[in-house]
Amino acid sequence: MAKYVILIYEDEASWANAGQQEYGQVLKEHTEFGEHNARVLQGGNALQPTNTATSIRKDASGSFAVTDGPFVETKEALGGYYLIEAANLDEAIGIAKQVPAPFGGVEVRPIRVFD
Amino acid sequence: MAPDSSVAAAVADAHRREWAFVLAATVRVTRSLDLAEECVQDAYAQALATWASRGIPANQGAWLTTVARRRAVDLLRHDASLRRSLPLLLDDQVEPGPDEIALHELAVDDVALDEIADDRLRLIFTCCHPAIAAEAQVALTLRLFCGLTTAEVARAFLVSEPTMAARITRAKKKIAAARIPYRVPPAGELPARIDAVLTVVHLLFTTGHTAPAGHDLVRRDLVERSLDLARMLRALLPTDADVAGLLALILLTDARTVTRVDDDGRLLLLAEQDRTQWDRHAISEGIALVREALRRRPPGRFALMAAIAAVHAEAPAWQDTDWCEVVALYNLLVQIWPSPVVALNRAVAVGLADGPDAGLRALEALADEPQLAGYSYLAAARADMLRRLGRTVEARACYEEALLLTENTVERDFLTARLQQLGE
Repeated sequence: MAKYVILIYEDEASWANAGQQEYGQVLKEHTEFGEHNARVLQGGNALQPTNTATSIRKDASGSFAVTDGPFVETKEALGGYYLIEAANLDEAIGIAKQVPAPFGGVEVRPIRVFD
Repeated sequence: MAPDSSVAAAVADAHRREWAFVLAATVRVTRSLDLAEECVQDAYAQALATWASRGIPANQGAWLTTVARRRAVDLLRHDASLRRSLPLLLDDQVEPGPDEIALHELAVDDVALDEIADDRLRLIFTCCHPAIAAEAQVALTLRLFCGLTTAEVARAFLVSEPTMAARITRAKKKIAAARIPYRVPPAGELPARIDAVLTVVHLLFTTGHTAPAGHDLVRRDLVERSLDLARMLRALLPTDADVAGLLALILLTDARTVTRVDDDGRLLLLAEQDRTQWDRHAISEGIALVREALRRRPPGRFALMAAIAAVHAEAPAWQDTDWCEVVALYNLLVQIWPSPVVALNRAVAVGLADGPDAGLRALEALADEPQLAGYSYLAAARADMLRRLGRTVEARACYEEALLLTENTVERDFLTARLQQLGE
């Protein structure tokens, strides 16, 4: 078995404009996804939007530059993730297809193992 | 002792026919694509020497597989660090790993071909996995399934060898790191995955049939490879309608190849070609396959394209072409495959069935398609319809636009000649 992280990228503006009902519907779908895949789920979280993000970078002189905002501004931003266990990429893709992402899509990345 | 020339020919022939089988069977032992490739190359090199002194074996695939596997076992047995460093392919069948295999003795002489499992499908499905970039899928297929060297693959796609080497290495790394399984997909995923494989073979064929650049219209080597691949898939998946459709399409299109240019290398249109020279054998084989492929409902895109090719192949002369049938087939094709290129071909057929005015109207609907911007055939098709309508000034502008957009010498000459025929 291997571990993969499913990164959820969605348009934040669409989320901000979503009505209460739509919001509730997507949350319900996430709950159902979690129940349905409890066997392989190792963790996961929803993130606050990128307007809450703070980026920290060490500059050439060795001091830290702390700035408001995400590392990279993109239309579809990382909004949450799941950590899963799967036998292979096909299985991971199969699980990723079930992740609700009405305003974007998901990306599957294998977790790197150091031995 | 066999003469050198016959041995070289036998090895070359076995390379073409057996490479995929031998590599796939060796991967079963190594579970590493790189190591398997190295061992299979060694086996072919050894065949050149051994077959010359001891004769050409009856069962060359089994001979090569056994030698390649034995080489792999030797390497793995004597090099523990190699064994540890190999990124192992994910094999869903229970197979002994390299360590256990090393304990077996493999007898070189008494392995029959039917005792070696045919793993070619697992190999091709791995090469054409949708998680691998399309251009890398084609490259991997040529490299691993057809046994082309990286230099040959690079030449086929007109990129430098280091670029192609990097592309192939990146794809192999992804197979290992993301754990793309080495397997035939389960039934539910099979149709989509077969389609991915067929797309690769079709891309290979179209690249060879009309080379995107260069002096020759047709790249014979690529066409032959795609035909080999389609035939191999047909043997491995004999009941699949899409496979039958693609093989039919390649046979029917390629049957016309000899007449596509004249003795001076000038491009000849379907209307000008000498149909008596078309390959009748390939046509009858293709038509039988089209019939089989069309039996599945709804018919797939390759079956429909092959059916269109069959209409041309069956028409004794250009003026006998059943253009209404062609348009009807294109109407079905755009429904299941709404690609702007298909819509363009449909518009051309409409222009021949219902006249250039109707064709021009069908083309106008495509003017804003981003996928067709920079596509020379759109400008060339519009030019031809305008020419038939006698709208010379507009036709000239369109031919000139098409000329700017193609890099193929033969096609450029054709467009230049058309421009000259328009007169002043």
